[in-house]
Amino acid sequence: MFSFNKRKKLPRDAAPLAQKLTKTRGSLFGGLVNLLQGRAIDEDLLEDLEAHLLMADVGVEVTTAVLSALRNSVDARRAADTNAVCAELHRILVDILIPCEAPLIVSDAQPFVILVTGVNGVGKTTTIGKIAQQLSQAGQSVLLAAGDTFRAAAVQQLAQWADRLDVPLVRQGDGADSASVIFDGLQAARARGVDVLIADTAGRLHTQDGLMAELQKIKRVLGKLDPDAPHETLLVVDGGTGQNAVNQTQQFHAQVGITGIAVTKLDGTAKGGVLFALAHRFGIPVRFIGVGESADDLRPFEAGAFVEALLGE
Amino acid sequence: MFESLTQRLGGALSRLRGQGRLSEDNIRDALREVRLALLEADVALPVVKEFIDLVRERALGQEVLKSLSPGQALVKIVHDALVEVMGQENQRLNLAAQPPAVVLMAGLQGAGKTTTAAKLARLLQDREKKKVMLASCDVYRPAAIEQLRTLAGQVGAHFHNSSSDDPVGIASEAVAQARKLHSDVLIVDTAGRLHVDAQMMDEIAAIDRAVNPVETLFVVDSMTGQDAANTAKAFGDALSLSGVILTKADGDARGGAALSVRRITGKPIKFLGVGEKIDALEPFHPDRLASRILGMGDVLSLVEEAEQKVDQAKAKKLAKKLKKGKGFDLTDLRDQFEQMQNMGGMASLLDKLPGGAALPAAAKVQLDDRQTARMIAIINAMTPQERRYPAVINGSRKRRIAAGSGVQVQDVNRLLKQHHQMGKMMKKMSKGKMANMMRGMRGQMPPGFG
Repeated sequence: MFSFNKRKKLPRDAAPLAQKLTKTRGSLFGGLVNLLQGRAIDEDLLEDLEAHLLMADVGVEVTTAVLSALRNSVDARRAADTNAVCAELHRILVDILIPCEAPLIVSDAQPFVILVTGVNGVGKTTTIGKIAQQLSQAGQSVLLAAGDTFRAAAVQQLAQWADRLDVPLVRQGDGADSASVIFDGLQAARARGVDVLIADTAGRLHTQDGLMAELQKIKRVLGKLDPDAPHETLLVVDGGTGQNAVNQTQQFHAQVGITGIAVTKLDGTAKGGVLFALAHRFGIPVRFIGVGESADDLRPFEAGAFVEALLGE
Repeated sequence: MFESLTQRLGGALSRLRGQGRLSEDNIRDALREVRLALLEADVALPVVKEFIDLVRERALGQEVLKSLSPGQALVKIVHDALVEVMGQENQRLNLAAQPPAVVLMAGLQGAGKTTTAAKLARLLQDREKKKVMLASCDVYRPAAIEQLRTLAGQVGAHFHNSSSDDPVGIASEAVAQARKLHSDVLIVDTAGRLHVDAQMMDEIAAIDRAVNPVETLFVVDSMTGQDAANTAKAFGDALSLSGVILTKADGDARGGAALSVRRITGKPIKFLGVGEKIDALEPFHPDRLASRILGMGDVLSLVEEAEQKVDQAKAKKLAKKLKKGKGFDLTDLRDQFEQMQNMGGMASLLDKLPGGAALPAAAKVQLDDRQTARMIAIINAMTPQERRYPAVINGSRKRRIAAGSGVQVQDVNRLLKQHHQMGKMMKKMSKGKMANMMRGMRGQMPPGFG
């Protein structure tokens, strides 16, 4: 149909990520360059570096790998050159994340279906509101499907977003079958020639087999109308989560095939370092990072900016 | 994914064998392993350091008991220290105040404050026979107030309706209303807020002053990472916390955040949120969480789960039947299989056993829960008569049953043989007056399991 406006990236904001992540930088990594300044690369310093990475939730496995890579490459060069060491650390960290730097591209599927999943309380509904707002501003027509039929007032929460953004919402009552609501959503989106359908789902712990099967069912029924739907299965991860994010991603990925990750709540002191562990293990594209309350604060993920913000360059 | 601490320590401590005392030298590697285990469980680094110092102090010069290996001895020291640091068992809410006793909920966005507020209301109503009122000061998140109103309806608690959009105003109003309606307890839910948001932190401090709570509970997600230390500190500084509630503890997070928060706020962990149902709020047991953080399996929880999920009525009926000398028929066998499935199948049972998580992956593959489902299918394909008197099952019946359940005749034979053996075992047990069903656990496993 109206596909002339398609195949465009979500709007990027020019304001640097580093600016948004200053709090992050200030609290922990702020001292990193100072820490390195004028010090020889010895075991003491590596131990300090280790502490910094661990406290950012980077995790034992990746931290160990990063440090040994740093040790290897720095031994060969001039260990006293602080700038070279910083640059090397930066390179190693960026190398881990770069395969995941792939913003969400809304293809000309009619409609493009985004299924949003995640454990409880990570910010799925809020993230949907922000994505919808960005898409609308970019001139795409959006329809929301209130698939969280379990949590009290979750439908109302999404409905308020729909009102605020003036986008249509497909809903049934509380306790309705989630797959059925989302199926209705896809039918409605087709009938109205909407560009993008965003489907909310109830938060569920990845260890709940029954609830994970429900997600599979949602994918299955969407597939009946459009074999390619959902075009994006987004996993929302709370930026404050520790190593359990690895288990979450593993389970959701195994059950429904995650195609993109959104990391929320990075505007506090949480570093989101677990992203390194996720990138290292799964290599799933990171579509968005959430660094604040307004819609513009949901940004495309850029590996370089992320690492720079953390290292405080 | 995670190795258990015992296993981790195995290598580092093998050199200790034969040495009677733990010394600075011989435990250095082992303590490094403890450190890594705690970090993998998301305990905050400063807390880990402090804890390792404590363990080192305790361990030095300890004689290794004859019955324990040095590794086990150290694990015991670590475990005991964890339990101790984690604080006392089962702290209740202190509601001794002129009614209404006010409980204030605080925490980050998405920690689970609203759900927990409703769970708490239900617990106080059911167990302590309190008259509870709920009020929400979350004027920010869309439909947050609506959410608590709905939940209040579900638990049958009074909900304070307010038209105000001033959180402090709503809170004060609610106290007055609770007093007027003679509520025993008022639970005040607040909006999730970032600890670095000065304005919002001032707001909750103002709410705190306005309602003068007897309990100020910090709600924290058990999946939280290192940042738990920062947030706990900030909330602890802004409010005089009286306790902590750890939510979403029914997942597979190791829950190291609990130790961080406990250590940094110095306040007891009072409850664990363990599920989506409105009654899924449990008292906190430090020893269990210590085992979990260390990846040591959780036998107590397993036993409790067994008690909850095994159909007691059916188990009793079977015990009675066996006592009377009646045979253990195939319907009974099917019940056993179904109960095992209810408990999450073999793999989940094993994960909860100490060392079970450490079983090689290849061994776990053999514990295919589909086998159990297949056994049930075979029994379902039989006639009631065949289930009651398996002796009538001849070759032709076996072929029919195999076709009906989509298996080979050999599979049917294997099931019948297993049933026969179990029958013999049950008979022995009932003769020996040991109709204790748990004892039979090993025998109930399908072939290849045991």
